[in-house]
Amino acid sequence: MSFLMNWSAMPWARPTKSRRRRILIMRKNNRLLQTLLVVLVLALSAISVLAQDDSQDRTVTDDEVNEVARDVYCPVCENTPLDVCQTQACADWRELIRTKLANGESKQDIFDYFARQYGDGVLANPPRRGVSLVMLWVLPAVLILLGLLFFSRYMRGLRAAEAETAVASGQAASLQSSPENSKPAADDYLARVEQELKKTNE
Amino acid sequence: MIANIGYIALVLAFLSAIYSAVAAWYGNRTGKPAWVESARNATIAIFFLILLACVALIVSILQDDFSVEYVWRVSSREMPTYLKVTALWGGQAGSLLFWNLLLGTFTAASLIINWKKQRVFMPYALIVASMTQIFFLFLVVFIENPFARLDVIPPDGNGLNPLLRHPGMIIHPPMLYLGFVGFTIPYTFAMAALMSNRLDDTWITSTRRWTLVAWLFLSLGLILGGRWAYDVLGWGGYWGWDPVENASLMPWLAGTAFLHSVMIQEKRDMFKMWNMFLVILTYSLVILGTFVVRSGVISSVHSFAQSAIGPLFFGFISIMFIFSAYWVSKRRSALTTDNHIRSFLSREAAFLYNNFLIIAILAIVFLFTYYPIISELFTGEKGFVGPPVYERALAPLFALLLLLMGVAPLTMWYRSSLKRIEMSIRWPALVATIFVAVLFAFGVRSWGALLGFWIVGFSGILTVLEFWKGTRARMRRGESAGSALSNLLSRNRRRYGGYWIHIGVLVMAFGIIGTELFQQQTQIRLQSGESVSLGNYEMVFNQVERYPGPDDLVITEATVDVYQNGELVRTLHPRTELYTRTMQPMTIPNARSTISEDFYVLLVDWEPVSPDEATFRIFLNPLINWIWAGAIIFAIGTLIAAWPDRREEYVVSNELVRNALGTAD
Repeated sequence: MSFLMNWSAMPWARPTKSRRRRILIMRKNNRLLQTLLVVLVLALSAISVLAQDDSQDRTVTDDEVNEVARDVYCPVCENTPLDVCQTQACADWRELIRTKLANGESKQDIFDYFARQYGDGVLANPPRRGVSLVMLWVLPAVLILLGLLFFSRYMRGLRAAEAETAVASGQAASLQSSPENSKPAADDYLARVEQELKKTNE
Repeated sequence: MIANIGYIALVLAFLSAIYSAVAAWYGNRTGKPAWVESARNATIAIFFLILLACVALIVSILQDDFSVEYVWRVSSREMPTYLKVTALWGGQAGSLLFWNLLLGTFTAASLIINWKKQRVFMPYALIVASMTQIFFLFLVVFIENPFARLDVIPPDGNGLNPLLRHPGMIIHPPMLYLGFVGFTIPYTFAMAALMSNRLDDTWITSTRRWTLVAWLFLSLGLILGGRWAYDVLGWGGYWGWDPVENASLMPWLAGTAFLHSVMIQEKRDMFKMWNMFLVILTYSLVILGTFVVRSGVISSVHSFAQSAIGPLFFGFISIMFIFSAYWVSKRRSALTTDNHIRSFLSREAAFLYNNFLIIAILAIVFLFTYYPIISELFTGEKGFVGPPVYERALAPLFALLLLLMGVAPLTMWYRSSLKRIEMSIRWPALVATIFVAVLFAFGVRSWGALLGFWIVGFSGILTVLEFWKGTRARMRRGESAGSALSNLLSRNRRRYGGYWIHIGVLVMAFGIIGTELFQQQTQIRLQSGESVSLGNYEMVFNQVERYPGPDDLVITEATVDVYQNGELVRTLHPRTELYTRTMQPMTIPNARSTISEDFYVLLVDWEPVSPDEATFRIFLNPLINWIWAGAIIFAIGTLIAAWPDRREEYVVSNELVRNALGTAD
């Protein structure tokens, strides 16, 4: 254990056991990605050196990175946003976001990039197309509308039935006081309190 | 040795459960009560057998018997004793065994308590309860045996998952399970009512308290889970719309709808079919929730509980659903009534609006939670729904629900006058508007927050007024203020307990709006002596220490001084922990909590740390402690509502006395 107590490179960001298997699957992609990344970073730095453009050379703060990373989810360990994920893969993706922000890309550009690379499943806000459009937008709306329709028809039907029975029995006026079934109709709570107090006083 | 006793006990319990179902069915069919009584005794025996199995497992863990695979998985030699005991539910097989124990306890208790009073239900209740028990015992006997042996005995175990070593996580699963299992009792009695064709309110009144208690445990489980996430997971939040969280939220929602709509049935003898549906829905969601948690079907942070029990659960849910649907359709004529809702402005209509909103929320949560599976089915690509989508879809529905919470108590059964309601809401609306105007003057500009605070203020005033009106009416009769209030509560436990719960919910809503809409955060790398400011706080970084903790733990702890408005208010110690055996890291935040906000500091563990340099993530979570305070108010309200009535107790004790005298003769 003593080797762990020194301050040299700690394997902090080692993935947990359950995640390791998935990471193995992803590793091939990762290597490709990392190579691409290195190339990209080199290319970018070359460009910025060549261009000497001030706007491209700015430093990106952690807060700016998190602002984007918060809405991108780790493709390896599901249900963990990039801004809190502890794996090495996510650290790399955060750096990718930083590079892209430094390069002047917008938040939406970066989201689009991640969706292209890893599928819509990595975005907290899935784009509205295909299954997601149906499941997340159309279906809830249709369900609620259907519910409302059913509900209002039900209520209207009941009111019609009530009017009929009221006319038939000629008791329309005494609706509020008529006991509908064997159970006592509870009125206003105050009346109930009064009633109870009477009971206890008796 | 002990493990063998445990396994034999489980097998016997499984056989007893089958016997119980068959004996109850046979006794009822042939009219021989001795068989039904024998079935009941078998149910009691099942409880003791499962208890024996649990004790055997705990003893195996305490004795460090690593020949048992489960013990090796969840325990280690150096683990403290209390963790060894709670390791009973620290893994897959153990938590299923624990589920069985709770189910056995609840079933035996509910049968014994209702045995004399609801004699006619009993054979059916025994059959239905045994069906659930058979399934869960089957899982531990044949699929996830907690007593399975290892061929080679390892010298030491893996130790409990570090995530589960926090006190919040130790109590959180039992609370959720108690809630889950508790909801099987109303289902059992509802089915018994259907099968015996006695569809009056008896099944509701005899399970009312069970439902409330189950609901309380489920609520506590959800809240403790949130608190655990906030204290241990280290992302500054308490609820992430994770599939596993949703899996326990959904039965809670269905149960909440049921608790409200039974009141219409009790008062107006309506919606019997609807209540039946809600009970069956709650039960199905409980089983589905257990399935989701236990099978890892939708991978999530809780996926340490993965296993191959998915298809079995799916089969069981289908069987129970078909079984329930069959009996509902068979008794459908007895489930309809001639009673009508007479006005849109009545108490019963208000309960319906409540049910409509809750079911809409439930439907949306359901769709979003299972979206990944359906997306994978259609496109082959696993989809995902993040918190922003949930929040956008659900916020308006929750807002309407809160509004209804304030207005609904003003309505009356059958019909209420619009004019009276208007008069009652006039002043509260004005006060809430003034409250929001003051917030606006202090610089709150988010219209969502202003609307939310208005609704919370409005409904809050109306709910407090309910207490005031009732108390005043009693005081006019000459009671002192204190006794008037306590009498009000004790004589209308369900009603005023309910309003008390509403106040808790509104306090929580206040906190949630504050935290969700006004959270501030920053992340920064600091050298020793450097500082960062957030809001009116300033944090100075002092140093980092690394030292060994208990067991296989290595702790890296930072020391920071927190200044508010230039004054030193607190020294915080955010830390990261590394369990070296499994190399699992944990980020433990440290926060300064006040009534107005939490200053919440995380030591970011993926960045390099040295004694005088570290990266911090800081959150300013306004009003977050109102959530926990509201939760406590909520729990007290539920206890008030569920507490046995004095009058009822009197009747019961009378009965006991009579029985005692009767046997003495």
